[in-house]
Amino acid sequence: MYRKTITALSHDLHAKKISSVELTRLFLERIHKHNKKLNSFITITEEYALQAAQAADVQLAACAAHPLTGIPIAHKDIFCTEGIKTSCGSKMLDNFISPYDATIVQKLKAAGTVLLGKTNMDEFAMGSSNENSYYGSVKNPWNVSCVSGGSSGGSAATIAACLALGATGTDTGGSIRQPAALCGITGLKPTYGRVSRYGMIAFASSLDQCGPLAKTVEDVALLLNALAGFDERDSTSVDYKVPDYTKTLNDSIDGIRIGLPKEYFHNGLQGDVAKVIETAIKEYEKAGARIQEISLPHTHLSVPAYYVIAPAECSSNLARYDGVRYGYRCNQPKDLEDFYKRTRSEGFGSEVKRRIMIGTYALSAGYYDAYYLKAQKVRRLIRDDFNQAFKKVDVILSPTSPTPAFKLGEKANDPISMYLSDIYTIAANLAGLPGISIPAGFVNQLPIGMQLIGNLFDEAKLLNIAHWYQKITDWHQRIPEGF
Amino acid sequence: MQWETVIGLEIHAQLSTKSKIFSAASTQFGAEVNTQACGIDLGMPGVLPVLNQAAVEMAVKFGLGAHADIAHTSVFARKNYFYPDLPKGYQISQYEFPIVNKGYIDIPLDDGTTKRIHITRAHLEEDAGKSLHENFNGYSGIDLNRAGIPLLEIVSEPEMHSAKEAVAYLKAVHTLVRYLNICDGNMQEGSFRCDANVSIRKKGEEKLGTRAELKNINSFRFVERAIHYEVERQISILSHGGTIIQETRLYDPNKNETRSLRSKEEANDYRYFPDPDLLPLIISDEFIAKIKQTLPELPQEKKKRFMEQYGLNAYDASILVSSKEIADYYENVVKESGNEAKLAANWVISEWLGALNKAGCDIMGTPISSAQLGKLILRIADHTISGKIAKVLFENLWNGEGEVDELIEKQGLKQVTNEAAIEKLIDEIIAHHPQQVADYRAGKEKLFGFFVGQAMKLSEGKLNPKQLNELLKIKLHQ
Repeated sequence: MYRKTITALSHDLHAKKISSVELTRLFLERIHKHNKKLNSFITITEEYALQAAQAADVQLAACAAHPLTGIPIAHKDIFCTEGIKTSCGSKMLDNFISPYDATIVQKLKAAGTVLLGKTNMDEFAMGSSNENSYYGSVKNPWNVSCVSGGSSGGSAATIAACLALGATGTDTGGSIRQPAALCGITGLKPTYGRVSRYGMIAFASSLDQCGPLAKTVEDVALLLNALAGFDERDSTSVDYKVPDYTKTLNDSIDGIRIGLPKEYFHNGLQGDVAKVIETAIKEYEKAGARIQEISLPHTHLSVPAYYVIAPAECSSNLARYDGVRYGYRCNQPKDLEDFYKRTRSEGFGSEVKRRIMIGTYALSAGYYDAYYLKAQKVRRLIRDDFNQAFKKVDVILSPTSPTPAFKLGEKANDPISMYLSDIYTIAANLAGLPGISIPAGFVNQLPIGMQLIGNLFDEAKLLNIAHWYQKITDWHQRIPEGF
Repeated sequence: MQWETVIGLEIHAQLSTKSKIFSAASTQFGAEVNTQACGIDLGMPGVLPVLNQAAVEMAVKFGLGAHADIAHTSVFARKNYFYPDLPKGYQISQYEFPIVNKGYIDIPLDDGTTKRIHITRAHLEEDAGKSLHENFNGYSGIDLNRAGIPLLEIVSEPEMHSAKEAVAYLKAVHTLVRYLNICDGNMQEGSFRCDANVSIRKKGEEKLGTRAELKNINSFRFVERAIHYEVERQISILSHGGTIIQETRLYDPNKNETRSLRSKEEANDYRYFPDPDLLPLIISDEFIAKIKQTLPELPQEKKKRFMEQYGLNAYDASILVSSKEIADYYENVVKESGNEAKLAANWVISEWLGALNKAGCDIMGTPISSAQLGKLILRIADHTISGKIAKVLFENLWNGEGEVDELIEKQGLKQVTNEAAIEKLIDEIIAHHPQQVADYRAGKEKLFGFFVGQAMKLSEGKLNPKQLNELLKIKLHQ
């Protein structure tokens, strides 16, 4: 039962084959059983979940239900949830009970989903391995000595281990797609502005985007239907029509043009990962897709530009955590300066502090033009690369991450090597484009993700092309041993 | 040594929007501490700002009123610094691309001419909260009611050369924002406040001296005093061979002095950058045109019209247009008085404004309505009463003792204009004062005033002075 998809269980719920309360109990039991090992949840909202499940059953009985009614889900702990601890993976917010719901939390609530808990994450979404969480690292269900990826590692591991049917994540430089790839599930980063950021704790505002994680493309499409849409509380959300993303999933992909960026395939791609991706490419070709090499000439600049822009924005976004109004506050401050310095030194972890310092430096008088402004210009060049590419192709295909999940601790002391694990995902954030990662095979018993990047607001096409691959493969149906 | 003072002002005008610039919380003044701050004003995790359109409209109004360029694209930026009453750790302001650029305002000078002061820019920003330093056992309290209140920061060119000019400019801006109805101008409540950049240089020199920025000036009087003090301080330093350091100084109205708050070296690096939560603000020509249609007649135009339409001199006209309420009051008085524009101007300026001033009463609380004052002037003009009697009636009206005609009737104050009656009175006076009459007729003409006085005394002031003079002259020369 728990291995089923949202789509399947939605049918069962509506057909009264199972109740939401039963389903919720089942998943709560699984969480209690496996969370110690995986550490994918920070907070389990058992009581709250059962209440929501009861309410969902009432809705279902009244036949007034949404396709997601009664479906147990989890939110990344970056989304504000009223009356529930919202820690963002940080000691700084360990005592923070949000007084309000994020827009997407409201939306999924309104759709009748059942919140099982809040998932673990890298502190303030800064990390690619989930080792930067105040609550400890998340283990990869495929091999618990490996990382889950990050920063939405808790959500990805939760789905991979069948501890919830769907989860939310955020993606600033790959934080949905990379853990989805490393955990062997499906994760979508929508177009910037497609989903409201209101109530999503900011890391880098111009890059952050909320998106769904689930086992299948079909489930992701269902979740996106509920998440997407303009929000007047988020000035950067876009008032652009939301289609039914499930409607076009089975459209033909005959004649679709798929681009392969030569910069992604020629530099440092591991042989085994390349083989997995090449197999997928051949399948698409067989189905009538037109494969062509394209060039994204400024690819080599995306990681450096990202590591100026994201820290710069984070240095300002995280200034509010000062211990004055909420959150961690140091003991017995001598004076105001001591209050600030100790609150922030003690409340933030080392990666967060590293990025705040990099960002503060990049915005400082005399350095702004050389770093922040220059990085913004690079961002424009990267966007232009994609604009050129999308004149020739419909989607761009690549690996999601250069390697499968690495060992816990392996890159913990090497930030540069860690940063490079996002090399294929970061450009989509800089350009605001949607990207999806789907399971495409295994290397050393660890899942490999394939990434598809689409043009602005072209999620439907991305989902369509990704779904086609899931129709002819079963990678997305594999469940790690022991779960 | 001859020194020249150079002053530029930064004015913060609080825009009279109902809700805050980036949230829906109320902006009402004087509410219970921390009752008008929502999650956005508190800088809660995850919240986002949404720009209040009313604040944009008001900024555009100001730009139009100050003959300025309205930027079609302006950008909100974050000004980053830590302070407990700054919830987000940054203030949302405008930096490189403000909404209003390059305007001017004309100020009246003592010699009757005007001087044009250029406005460099005006930009939208949010206010911070307030720190409370009393009664918290060694801690400070914070009131965030003010956090997020919209401000328009109006920056002038350093073109003023005396405290007087600075005050005249400040008053002109104050008048303008009140006319435009975009700021209540209340300086005590902090809705209109200013910082002054003051420097001095040797007369004839081009290069600006090192400036001090004077903060916390919340009245016209304090602006004048703070600048005076600061100029003296700088002259004293330079004359003794010292150098001025660039710094921020706080004006203390109790001690009437400025003292150093922080030097340039201690100043924050604000790390301005465009706020990624807010898109660039795009303003269309249609939007500007629409707002232009809602602009009222502005002080300069009104002054010109008053001079032309009512034949007033520049001085009287500037007083009457100094606030929209005064101007409206005056125009009503003129209407009610049967177009006695000059007489009305005299009465409004010297009697009415004088009485308000003396009573410490504001214009809206005037006990005499414009209709009443107009009627009073009408009665002077139609010779029902004399100016002297009118002053007594003004007092009666002020004290709410009745209406003009009713009071004239009740107190029998009607002017005596019957020639026979006046002649009879004069005859009596001549009969009772033979000696004075003889002296007058012998050439002691100064005694004429004595006879006028006697006549007024006997008639209780009810004679028309002009008529009395004429008749008195005839009788005395008979």
